[in-house]
Amino acid sequence: MKARTGVRHMKEGGKNIVRNGWMTFASVSAVTVMLFVVGTFLLMILNINHFADSLESDVEVRVFIDRSAEASSQTALESSIHEISAVEEVEYIPREEGLETFIASLGDEGEYFETLREENPLNDVFVVQAAEPQQTELVAEEIEAMQHVEKTEYGQDIFEQLFAATDFVRIVGLVLILGLMFTAIFLIANTIKLTIIARKTEIQIMKLVGATNSFIRWPFFIEGLLLGVFGAAVPIIILSYGYTRFYEAIGEATGLEFFDFLPAGPLLVQTSLLLLAIGALVGVWGSIMSVRKFLRV
Amino acid sequence: MIEMKDVWKTYPNGVMAVNGISVYIKKGEFVYVVGPSGAGKSTFVKMMYREERPTRGEISINGSNLAEMKEKKVPYLRRNMGIVFQDFKLLPSMTVFENVAFAMEVIEASKANIRKRVMNVLDIVRLKNKARFMPHELSGGEQQRVSIARAIVNSPAVLIADEPTGNLDIETSWEIMHILEEINERGTTVVMATHNREIVNNMRKRVIAIEGGRISRDEIRGRYGYES
Ligand SMILES: Nc1ncnc2c1ncn2[C@@H]1O[C@H](COP(=O)(O)OP(=O)(O)OP(=O)(O)O)[C@@H](O)[C@H]1O
Ligand SMILES: [Mg+2]
Repeated sequence: MKARTGVRHMKEGGKNIVRNGWMTFASVSAVTVMLFVVGTFLLMILNINHFADSLESDVEVRVFIDRSAEASSQTALESSIHEISAVEEVEYIPREEGLETFIASLGDEGEYFETLREENPLNDVFVVQAAEPQQTELVAEEIEAMQHVEKTEYGQDIFEQLFAATDFVRIVGLVLILGLMFTAIFLIANTIKLTIIARKTEIQIMKLVGATNSFIRWPFFIEGLLLGVFGAAVPIIILSYGYTRFYEAIGEATGLEFFDFLPAGPLLVQTSLLLLAIGALVGVWGSIMSVRKFLRV
Repeated sequence: MIEMKDVWKTYPNGVMAVNGISVYIKKGEFVYVVGPSGAGKSTFVKMMYREERPTRGEISINGSNLAEMKEKKVPYLRRNMGIVFQDFKLLPSMTVFENVAFAMEVIEASKANIRKRVMNVLDIVRLKNKARFMPHELSGGEQQRVSIARAIVNSPAVLIADEPTGNLDIETSWEIMHILEEINERGTTVVMATHNREIVNNMRKRVIAIEGGRISRDEIRGRYGYES
C-alpha cells in the first residue's frame, strides 16, 4: 500500500465518522458506557488487591504486657515469644513511646491528652510479626497463654473476613470485567454492522469497480479504531478526575490506616492506557467482524 | 480475448437466464448484444466480469479462466475492464469527480494523474462543469455519462456497457456512441447490450442476438432485427 492510499483510507474513515452522525454517537456511547464500568471496576479491583496485599504482608499481633511485670520478666517473655517457630520479628514499644505516637497521631487535638503524660494509662507492648499471615491467629493464641501477658490484639474479625473475601473479590471482579468487555465488543460490532448494512450497496459498487477487500476494509478499520478511542476518552477523563478527587479526600480523612489506596498518578496512567487499548481493540474487532460479510461480490 | 464455451446460468430462484451460449469475441471488436427484455443480455455480460458465476461452462478473458479464478484475483480482472452498468451504480455519497477518481484511487494512481485524467474524461462526456455535483443532483442521462467516464478512466482493454444509452435522448445517445467508437478505435474491445434499434442499424457493428438465453443470430455488421 502506497502512503497516499493510507492517507486516503484515514480521510475516508474520518469522513465516515462524521457522515454517520447518529450511528457514530451510538457506537461511541456504547464503548463509553462499557469502558466506564470496566474502568470503575478496574480501579476497585486494583485497590482491593492492593489492600489485600498490604494486609497480608503486615498482619501483626500486639502483645500488651502486664503493667506489674518487671524488666526481667519482660525480657523472659520476649525470648519465649522468639522461641515460637512461626514468629519472624518482635519489636518492643515502651509505653512512653506508645503515648507519644498516640498524641502525635491526633494532631492538634492531641494537646487535650497532654495531661496523660503524668499518669500514662498505656501498657508496654510487643509487636509480633508472624512469618505467614495465616499463622497470626495461632501465634496470638500461644502468646496469650504466656505469663505476664495482659491480652493480645490482632483485629481478629476484620482479618478473618478479609482473608476469606480477597480471593472471592478477585475472581468475581475478573469474571465481571471479562463479561463486560465481551458485552462491549458485541455491542460495537453490532452498531458498526448497522452502519455497514447501510453502506452495503456502496461496498458492492466499490468491488465492481475493482477495489480489493483490503482497500475496502481499511477505512472501516480506521473508523472502528476512532470509535473505540473516542469511546475511551470520556471514561478516562471522568475516572481520572473522579479518582484524583476521591484520593485527595481519602488522604485527608484519618483512621483508615488499613485502607491504603493506590496513589492516583501511576494507577491512572496504567488504567487509561488499558482503557484506550481495550477501546481501540473493541472498535477494530467490531468493524472487521462486520465488514467481512459484505465483501463477497 | 473473450471466450465462452457452452455457458449456462440458472439463478438460485430457478430462472434459467442463459442456456448454452458459446461465443468468441476478438480483441478490438465492437459487439452489440440485442434481444428482448428478459432475454438474458445482462446475465450474459455480468458473467464476463464475474458479478455472476456460470452454473456450467467455461469463460476466459485474456486467456485467464474465470471459473478457476480465485476470489482475490477478481478485483484485478475488473481493473482491466471498464463497466457501464444498466443502473449506473454511482457511489451516492461521492461527487461526480470523486466517483470517477475512485476507479483510479483503487489502482493507487498519483493525485496529480488522477486530477488530470478525471477532468479529461469528464470533458469527453461533457460533464466538466458538474464535477462537484452529487449524483442525486444529476439527470439520468448525466449519471449515465458519469458511469461511462468512470468506465473509461483507466483506459481498459475491455469495455462492457449494459444499456449505456438507455436513459438518453437520441442526440446524447449519439454523443455517447461516438465516445465508445473512439475508445474502440484506440484498441479497446467493446461489448454493448442495447435496445436501441436506431443506433444498431446506423452504426453497423457485429450483432449478437439473444433470445431465451440462447444466441439466435450472430452477424458481422448486423441489424437490430426486432420489433420493439
Ligand atoms: N439476480 C437475479 N436473480 C434471479 N433472477 C434473475 C436475476 N437477474 C436476472 N434474473 C432473471 O433472469 C432473466 C434474464 O435477465 P437479464 O437481466 O439477463 O435480462 P436482460 O436481457 O438484460 O433484460 P433487459 O433488456 O430488461 O435488461 C430474467 O427472467 C430475470 O428475471
Ligand atoms: Mg439487462
